[in-house]
Amino acid sequence: MSPLDRIANVSTLKQHEVDKLYKVEHKPVVSTSDQLCFLIRPRIQTVKWICDVANADKAAGRFRRYKIIFTPRKFYACEAMLEEQGIFGEVTTDEWSFCLLPLDDDVISMELPEFFRDNFLAGDQRWVRTAGSALHLLHSLYGPFSKLYGIGRCSKMAYESWREQVEEGEQTARRAEIGKVFLIDRDVDFVTPLCSQVVYEGLVDDIFRIKCGCVEFGPDVTSSDKSLKVMLNSQDKVFNEIRNEHFSNVFGFLSQKARNLQGAYDKRRGMDIKQMKAFVSEELKGLKQEHRLLSMHIGASESIMKKKTKQDFQELLKTEHSLLEGFEIRESISFLEEHISRQVSMMESLRLLCLLSITENGLLPKDYRSLKAQYLQSYGADHLLTFSNLRQAGLLAEQPAGEALSAMESKVGKLVNDKTAGKLTDAFSSLARKSNFRALSRKLNLVPKSDEEYDLRVPRDMAYIFSGAYVLLSCKLVEQVLERDGWTGMDEVTRLLNGHEFAVTGSSGADARTQGDARRVVLVMFLGGCTFSEISALRFLGREKGYKFIVVTTAITNSSRLIESLLGNQI
Amino acid sequence: MTFITANWNPLGEAFYRKSELYEMCWNLRDGLRDCLVAAAPYGGPIALLREPVRRSPSSRPQLEIYSASGVSIASFPWKSGPVVHLGWTRHFSMGQEVVQSQVLEAKVFHSPYGTGVAIVTGSSRFIMATNIDDLKLRRLPEVPGLQGKPSCWVVLNQDRQTKVLLSTGSELYILDNTSCTAVSLPGLAPQGGSIVHMSVSFSYKYLAVLTDSGHLWTGPSHLQDKMSEVDTKKLTPPKQMVWCRRPKSQQPSVVLMWDRLLMVVGVCQDTIQFPTEDQCVLVGEMDGVRIISSTNQELLQEVPLVCQEIFKIASMAPGALLLEAHREYEKSSQKADEYLREIKEQSMLGEAVSQCIEAAGHEYDPNTQKSLMRAASFGKCFLTDFSPGQFVTTCRELRVLNSVRESSVGLPLTHTQFKQMTLQVLIDRLVYRQFYPLAIEMCRYLKIPDYQGVSRVLKHWASCKVQQKDLSDEAIARAMCAKVGDSPGVSYSDIAAKAYECGRTELAIKLLDFEARSGEQVPLLLKMKRSQLALSKAVESGDTDLVYTVVTYLKNEMNRGDFFMTLRNQPVALSLYRQFCKLQEQETLKDLYNQDDDHKELANYYVTASYREKRLESRLSLLQSAVDEYNKAKNEFSAKATEEEMRLLRFQRKLDDEKGAGLLELSLQATMEALLALGLYKQAEQLYRDFRVPDKRYWWLKLKSLAEKEEWDELEKFSKSKKSPIGYLAFVEVCMKSNNKYEAKKYVSKVTPEQRVKAHLAISDLDGAADAAIERKNDSEIATVLSRCSAADRLLIERLNRASTAKK
Repeated sequence: MSPLDRIANVSTLKQHEVDKLYKVEHKPVVSTSDQLCFLIRPRIQTVKWICDVANADKAAGRFRRYKIIFTPRKFYACEAMLEEQGIFGEVTTDEWSFCLLPLDDDVISMELPEFFRDNFLAGDQRWVRTAGSALHLLHSLYGPFSKLYGIGRCSKMAYESWREQVEEGEQTARRAEIGKVFLIDRDVDFVTPLCSQVVYEGLVDDIFRIKCGCVEFGPDVTSSDKSLKVMLNSQDKVFNEIRNEHFSNVFGFLSQKARNLQGAYDKRRGMDIKQMKAFVSEELKGLKQEHRLLSMHIGASESIMKKKTKQDFQELLKTEHSLLEGFEIRESISFLEEHISRQVSMMESLRLLCLLSITENGLLPKDYRSLKAQYLQSYGADHLLTFSNLRQAGLLAEQPAGEALSAMESKVGKLVNDKTAGKLTDAFSSLARKSNFRALSRKLNLVPKSDEEYDLRVPRDMAYIFSGAYVLLSCKLVEQVLERDGWTGMDEVTRLLNGHEFAVTGSSGADARTQGDARRVVLVMFLGGCTFSEISALRFLGREKGYKFIVVTTAITNSSRLIESLLGNQI
Repeated sequence: MTFITANWNPLGEAFYRKSELYEMCWNLRDGLRDCLVAAAPYGGPIALLREPVRRSPSSRPQLEIYSASGVSIASFPWKSGPVVHLGWTRHFSMGQEVVQSQVLEAKVFHSPYGTGVAIVTGSSRFIMATNIDDLKLRRLPEVPGLQGKPSCWVVLNQDRQTKVLLSTGSELYILDNTSCTAVSLPGLAPQGGSIVHMSVSFSYKYLAVLTDSGHLWTGPSHLQDKMSEVDTKKLTPPKQMVWCRRPKSQQPSVVLMWDRLLMVVGVCQDTIQFPTEDQCVLVGEMDGVRIISSTNQELLQEVPLVCQEIFKIASMAPGALLLEAHREYEKSSQKADEYLREIKEQSMLGEAVSQCIEAAGHEYDPNTQKSLMRAASFGKCFLTDFSPGQFVTTCRELRVLNSVRESSVGLPLTHTQFKQMTLQVLIDRLVYRQFYPLAIEMCRYLKIPDYQGVSRVLKHWASCKVQQKDLSDEAIARAMCAKVGDSPGVSYSDIAAKAYECGRTELAIKLLDFEARSGEQVPLLLKMKRSQLALSKAVESGDTDLVYTVVTYLKNEMNRGDFFMTLRNQPVALSLYRQFCKLQEQETLKDLYNQDDDHKELANYYVTASYREKRLESRLSLLQSAVDEYNKAKNEFSAKATEEEMRLLRFQRKLDDEKGAGLLELSLQATMEALLALGLYKQAEQLYRDFRVPDKRYWWLKLKSLAEKEEWDELEKFSKSKKSPIGYLAFVEVCMKSNNKYEAKKYVSKVTPEQRVKAHLAISDLDGAADAAIERKNDSEIATVLSRCSAADRLLIERLNRASTAKK
């Protein structure tokens, strides 16, 4: 499902005299219509395709009218392209500043997956302003905000862009419906999106890929010969109860649910006509609906079970957990080697490689080389570019030969209060892009002690999201900052995260106008994407601490999407 | 209070008053004689042109502009031809046609569509433009029998059409866009005579016509009706004839002016006559007539009804009583109470207060205003639910009006005019007259939002200030910063643009520094050719589009080297440009990397390019370039990997040629797989050795490949070729995958003890697994075996349980 489907589906468009819908591709449009309307993201490549279509028509002596609607905004570069291709005069352009798509009661997506690659790989800041506008839109609808926190370079820029837009626009006094805002860059926490998801919604996303809040279950799930598109959100009562559960609890829950359902059906027995009538008109429809949902999710769970309970998945999880804990690293590396050489999965191997690099603060030169060489042998030399990208984005690093840099850095680190020294570390960190995961994990207590039993049915903290092995760094930061009302006492943590943190009070008087429930409403904005695991974790945190989190993200991501966006053999 | 009514003259039921507005500040030697005078309505300025008909071609008459109080505003010599008519408009030209035909007469008129002009040409044709801002000349149809100019004419505005009403003496015509219609005045006595003068009211609703027999006809301008006909008993035509009415007029009148006489002729047939000593000019306003002479200026108007009610002698209107009550109160007389009681008994106190407030608005004299407002305030005290809004607003507006009426400002606005004109326009007029402090004071006093008020004034002030040539850039910038500060809505970039227009580039740059939004600075900086500065400001603004605009601009402006150097100092701009080049200009991208000596990116560039290349030779040469660059970048790993890729490509090519294997573009692993599948073991072996493929990988590969092809003998041979680096469990599992239990069994014995249980279980040999587990005395292994047992394996279960307990 595409974002457009969620706003105006095919029948709506047809009602408005749309003749036919096409996907924008690099091929001629075969249609008798003399008007073409393109609704596109402002990508130069796409505009080039459109130019080709128009020029082909021109060459064929065909007259058509063209309109391009750019969403969420028009870029100068796109118009320059039209001009260069000589069709600027023949095309009318428009802007549709659509930047927020609510996926659920508490999840809003900007549906901009390219945000991640453009910003964190290419250093192209074109979307920052769009993020600022999205925040501004929310602010003008539900603001004023009483407090804003954030971490990361992009967050800071988005915040500044928002601030500018607020200053330019007119202020209206309103009752605030959102109390606080937390902005976070994806590159602050790469560990979380690289882990295998084991909470139901995350698992469904990892395996079936949820697109725009909608998933397509294949025949193996629906146990028929047809595929089925299903919306996954809080409207689905069965899904709503299991989406945040660890997968090991899902079956128990579903069978309990099935028993309850059977019980409800069984009520029919011994009813008189009148009761039966009431039952049919009031309850039966709901029960049938629930029945349908239930069997679908049972089907999905079975399919997941088939894929995930195999021996190798257990071993994969075990390896991930040891990487997070920092134990038995050599064994993990051997596992990874075998994973690569047996060509288990191109993406999974890269994922583990990145996870290894980040948790270990970079790979030893020997391992770095041999793993890369192995990978190239398995999947081809074009992945040299992939590695170059991963390195650029900070997902993959080589430990510097000798400890010269780190020793120096730790020395400088002690003088961190000194401004110039701070700048020096900045310079170093930009040089090596250290992840410092191990130190962060200790500081924030991200990895619970492994010898304690963790009862996944009764989660005691956010670690249940990853089977009790790891508390999500991103969500932990949210928790800590909200608790402390800022970054005070977290100097060491922010230094390890390469700084760029901020905590500011919102518009004056907003605090007074934010009353009661609104104070506990926190908007968390992920720049570069967030995972369903993170959403689940925030939902848990909200229940525990009495917050209501609203997640805004540039796109929903997971490990495969993250890595796919960095693959080198695409232009 | 008798003196208030001293200048009142009764006209029918109503009264007219003539009150002095100003002693004129100007000093005119010859009075208004031989002058063309035009005064703008709403208390506007006066334009004066002496001797419009030149005595000699060389004399240049002076065009002088004064405020309504006679303060000189501007003066310049008139350089063009003879002037026919003077009126207030904005600057415009009527084009060649008008220049060629002589203009006999002209009239400037104001309508809801703007300011218009109508002229009579030498060929007796009318040409009209209804709105000079959107200049469209219309030639009106010919008037039958008209020679020269008509005896008199006026412009009418009816039914959203602008028409001309003209008289050729005896005949009366209406000229519209398409036709010329003869009309007659209803009810005009036949002995009336021919028409010598016409006048239309301020609102275009009424028409007054004077005949040569001295009869004045009045009626609505659509000519369907007659209001009155009065014999003025004057046979000479007047110099000027103007309507004098006000909104809700009780007794409208027409003012006629002769050399020494001013006559007010009411529709009721009454007249008032004022002798005049000096040459005068009448200016029609919406609520009266201004009379300008060389020494003073007066306002003639019908006394508003509310003022009549209050000030009329022996009036018993509630307002009059309240005024009286307050007067007694001030004298500490108990009569105050009596008056008050009287109003209250009729429960008219609210009405009384309203009357006083309204009347105050209409009074010109501050003392009268004060006493009325005081009376209103006094009355208000006895009311509990009287809204103070009207009182407060009137107070404020009166203060504003009094201050603009000051002789130094010279805007004699009445309250009615002010309301019609709106405050916005008043502020604009003050700003154009450069009364900045007054305008700002007014905005602040009336609490107008900064955006519409103070900021607007400051904007005007600033763009005027930058034009002051006598001040240094530094001084102006400083003054600007001090005055404007960061008032919302004032754009420093606009001011800077103005400064640049005036040729003060340095000042413009200084001013741009004050601009908080860096995005706003960019366009002007580009215009001023400060491109480097523009680029850094664009980057600062965070608006990538703006950065891109500047980059494109620079690309066209600078030579390539400088352009690249500039980008190098701006990483944000550089990465944007790179993105663009990646899609559009691959070659430029290469140059860019070259310039920066960025060997790594250059190498990556070659690698990317190699994948777009179809021919192997060019591909290899691109890869060779990549190798060179990787070496320069000291990236040995990538250099080696690329070299190996080249070797692999050559190898694949060779085999493709020899055996048609279809290997090109496959990875090393896939190549080996393909070779094994084709049975080309030797070649696979060669790759394994040449590319130092790890043993484990090769063994897995060969194991899988042989099992898939079910070459079990070959597999057994392979297993014995040397000690397996991947162990033998793998063999068992792979065989089982092909469902060959027989072959799998062969390898179970070779499996290491740690994996033996697993191996037995893999071939579903529970007994063997149990033996192995018991032998190893391993609880978890025993448990694993147990979990695989079914009820039928009772004996086995017992054995395992025994072993388990025995250990304990």
